Amino acid sequence: MGHNAKLRVWRGDASGGDLKDYTVEVNEGEVVLDVIHRLQATQTPDLAVRWNCKAGKCGSCSAEVNGRPRLMCMCQMNNFAEDEVITITPMRAFPVIRDLVTDVSYNYEKARKVPSFAPPKDLAPGDYRMQQVDVERSQEFRKCIECFLCNNTCHVIRDHEENKENFSGPRFLMRIAELDMHPLDTLDRKKMAQEEHGLGYCNITKCCSEVCPEHIHITDNALIPMKERVADVKYDPFFAIWSLFRKPDNAKS
Amino acid sequence: MAEVERHSYDVIVIGAGGAGLRAAIEARSQGMRTAIICKSLFGKAHTVMAEGGIAAAMGNVNSKDNWQVHFRDTMRGGKFMNSWRMAELHAMEAPQRVWELETYGALFDRTKDGRISQRNFGGHEYPRLAHVGDRTGLELIRTLQQKIVSLQQEDERESGDAESRLKVFAELTITKLTMDGERISGAFGYWRESGRFVVFDAPAVIIATGGIGKSFKVTSNSWEYTGDGHALAMRAGATLVNMEFVQFHPTGMVWPPSVKGILVTESVRGDGGVLTNSEGKRFMFNYVPEVFRGQYADTEAEADRWYTDPENNKRPPELLPRDEVARAINSEVKAGRGSPHGGVFLDVSSRLPKAEIMKRLPSMYHQFKELADVDITAQPMEVGPTCHYVMGGVEVEPDTGAAKVPGLFAAGEASGGMHGSNRLGGNSLSDLLVFGRRAGAGAAEYVGAIGATRPVVTEAEIEVASAEALAPFRAEGGENPYTLHTELQQSMNDLVGIIRREDELEAALAKLEVLKERSKAVSVEGHRQFNPGWHLALDLNNMITVSECIARAALIRQESRGGHTRDDHPGMNPEWRQVNLICSIDGEGVAVNKQALSSMRPDLLALFDRYELSKYMTEAELADLPVQDSTKGDS
Amino acid sequence: MNSGIQAPGRASIDARTLRKDRWWIQPLVTFFFLMSFIVFATWRAFAGKYYYHAPYISPFYSPCLSVKCVPGSSDFTPIGAWWTLSPSLLILIFPLGFRMTCYYYRKAYFRSFWLSPPACGVAEPHKKYTGERQFPLILNNAHRWFFLAGLGLNVILTWDAILGFRNAQGQWGHMGFGTLVLIFNASMLWMYSLSCHTCRHALAGRLNHFSKHPVRYKAWTLVSKWNHHHMKFAWISLGGVAFADFYVYLLASGHLTDLKFF
Repeated sequence: MGHNAKLRVWRGDASGGDLKDYTVEVNEGEVVLDVIHRLQATQTPDLAVRWNCKAGKCGSCSAEVNGRPRLMCMCQMNNFAEDEVITITPMRAFPVIRDLVTDVSYNYEKARKVPSFAPPKDLAPGDYRMQQVDVERSQEFRKCIECFLCNNTCHVIRDHEENKENFSGPRFLMRIAELDMHPLDTLDRKKMAQEEHGLGYCNITKCCSEVCPEHIHITDNALIPMKERVADVKYDPFFAIWSLFRKPDNAKS
Repeated sequence: MAEVERHSYDVIVIGAGGAGLRAAIEARSQGMRTAIICKSLFGKAHTVMAEGGIAAAMGNVNSKDNWQVHFRDTMRGGKFMNSWRMAELHAMEAPQRVWELETYGALFDRTKDGRISQRNFGGHEYPRLAHVGDRTGLELIRTLQQKIVSLQQEDERESGDAESRLKVFAELTITKLTMDGERISGAFGYWRESGRFVVFDAPAVIIATGGIGKSFKVTSNSWEYTGDGHALAMRAGATLVNMEFVQFHPTGMVWPPSVKGILVTESVRGDGGVLTNSEGKRFMFNYVPEVFRGQYADTEAEADRWYTDPENNKRPPELLPRDEVARAINSEVKAGRGSPHGGVFLDVSSRLPKAEIMKRLPSMYHQFKELADVDITAQPMEVGPTCHYVMGGVEVEPDTGAAKVPGLFAAGEASGGMHGSNRLGGNSLSDLLVFGRRAGAGAAEYVGAIGATRPVVTEAEIEVASAEALAPFRAEGGENPYTLHTELQQSMNDLVGIIRREDELEAALAKLEVLKERSKAVSVEGHRQFNPGWHLALDLNNMITVSECIARAALIRQESRGGHTRDDHPGMNPEWRQVNLICSIDGEGVAVNKQALSSMRPDLLALFDRYELSKYMTEAELADLPVQDSTKGDS
Repeated sequence: MNSGIQAPGRASIDARTLRKDRWWIQPLVTFFFLMSFIVFATWRAFAGKYYYHAPYISPFYSPCLSVKCVPGSSDFTPIGAWWTLSPSLLILIFPLGFRMTCYYYRKAYFRSFWLSPPACGVAEPHKKYTGERQFPLILNNAHRWFFLAGLGLNVILTWDAILGFRNAQGQWGHMGFGTLVLIFNASMLWMYSLSCHTCRHALAGRLNHFSKHPVRYKAWTLVSKWNHHHMKFAWISLGGVAFADFYVYLLASGHLTDLKFF
């Protein structure tokens, strides 16, 4: 039932490396990660690969399969023809550590720059009341498994290393959107999104949404609504004046 | 030896899952300089796999729920083998721990009046599980992760350095706990990335390393679950309790082979899914055990009515505790009534409309669609038991999480006692929070009390630890660690699995002896930088040690209870209920000794009626029981 | 280029993409159709003739605001004879602006015209990228103003479609194929406008408590559904406008006679 697959796997580290060819047995129902594991167990015990749950829930095994950012555990081998050469490389937007493992510390640094949830000071634990319809938008964004494929594919940083400093990537712009839409968060995060996290770099080419293994509508539901919220406060004098005369929808100004 | 990277902390927490993170938050909040050590990237711990929810008697959906009912359910689920004090603390504190998560930013599903919604789950009398769809574990880990970030932001504002009081060391594995005489002095480990060694000087270490599932072939656990914490603790002189109790989750995927074991959440059944065999029969009605008669429906009609009217109907037997359901599935398959790929059918497609399934079980839908090409809104799933959780673990003080060794603490799955012989679904996440916090507080208190007499890690110990860690590189032409691991998993699965027998357990122990010898000669290729072969070679020792505890304890316990089923000793034996099996290091192997279970406080005993207790207790114990309704007593 | 995927420290791979699928088809097709429309629209907008054939007016020329507009095509002519160019140019700036700042078209032209990026995982050819933070791209934030203008035009074009229920002599109660063309055009423009992200934001997207605004939430839910198909509406309405104009052109230039139903 099994067949032999032809793999080209990038081997190397920050000082250099290249694509190496391997032939590995494949059985029915297997995913790319299974085949990488078999390669590791039978031919290259020191092949570095990151993985954890093998069920698309932890977001560890991010890599690029035939040039497309994927979770290796969710990439079925039967998507490929039996004689096709399957190329597997590490994510190409981040520095490589070894083989398929990259240094994703950029993401953790950006995470730390997003101010945390700021609940109303006078609200005791247990007294939180939120309606389901009010939490659903943020809940969608909280499905994120932090595989960082969106940040990896975003051309703003993938193709321009120098933008990393001023751009937090779709993952963390979505995190800002999540908090800005949180029914109980008290911080106004709109200007911050634009001025500190680089929302203005986004040109909505939607690759983040395309690669998201959780099928989160990052662009349509987080980035664009956030751009509109930014426009409210930064690029819309009429709305700004109008806001002065009406009761705000929540504590955010 | 070149100089080793060295850090000094008040508390180090090994493991960055729910328990570890909650412990770290607590320790840091109590003023301790705290380090979190994770084997993987931060936020990837196995907690993300938890699906169903967090059990906490908040009474949001059914106001009759309270901590006493939760306590009772937990004890029943654990077949009265639980550390009653842990079960009590757990039931009492879980609601506060859940509410606290909301202040960290968690967004649970809501009830109509805006409170946290709660769902039904096996073994819980009322809807009790706070949840977010079927990805509650992800919400938990992300929330705690973000709380840690928020504490770091606080530190950054105060001191300019985000990591001044709480630092995460990601992709770092601890291989040894170091000792200063009888007490803990720190830990030794290596960076995965570089292979370089790191020493932590710390008077208190909290073990929160999770479970042992990677010793079994069919498991829902990830590669990290190699029993590191169990082994580290034992080697430092601590003990493990009741390691024979291993939970096999009744519903893991069985097809295709590469995903065999991946979890299918219990919520599928909680939300209406039914188990059927190849004859199309809902077989669970035939497997309601005597102790649960009267609490579960006798007919399909009644069971179906329960979903809409739980007040006046008994619950469906699909929602029996996990051990019962797992054994039932096992029996059906053995009797030849299994599904084509050796499981049974779990069907929700005929029970709920498509939209409802997509809403309540979105990740199950994707998991089956993408991994098995099964549309669960149109077809039944095929499921079978999978190694899921170990009830046993480091023996700890219930109130502080302190292990036998001064300075050593444990929480979460790595600690034992709380769940008795079988854990209820949803009690794991609450366990992480309740005892994570308690261990963090316990460690803080311990460090506060030792004052200035802080232990240090000696050079000699570092030498020894380095040599041990590098051993696999020295052996040449030895065996491949992957081969040994595969053999270990196969033996544990076949011989120490869901149904056990004396001769098989003896065979397993013999096999473990062989593996132990062979593991000494394991050799690895390549260099120290991110080398999975080397990592596995080191983890393998932990797996073998812990597996031996499991097999030995399983051989000794001559009864069937919860997560321990002996074919040759069917049924529970009240005499054995009074016995905890304690595992400790003994030379190159392990020793298992009996220890009496402490007896429950009378006010807690009074929560059960005598008839129910008579199913679990010996005649002598029953004779000693206070008269019903009396909660007095001073034992 | 050593800033992007070739930056020091990243896995050294020479290819700018390892994608094997035909990733270039989509930007190419988008480029072709957008370019075709631009050529066609430029020709028609500058033509200044064959835009009115009673009772139908081309959407490129409505409202026709110049006194020089073809008799019958306009009732309101604030622009005097000094405007010598095509009257289309007076109003076309609005739909053009609406579409240029539209969140869907931005994706389309950034990918297919500017190749930034041409497709996911395919390196873009530019050395520098500053996004929509500077002039002129920062003007994309003005989408909402063009949206409002677009709504105004939709009203006018809807009225034009209603006027299509007359005959050439201005009597009501008639209908021809042209009427259908204008109705289709107007309705698709409505769907395009209503499914727009700005519309979604204005209806309720900017709120944090849907539960306190049930009507706006309902509207948001509906528009969110349409929003999923925004790209579809963008293309259909673009084709619809071009077709409506071309149909009127064919009638007005005498190439075709309108099919009268009654």
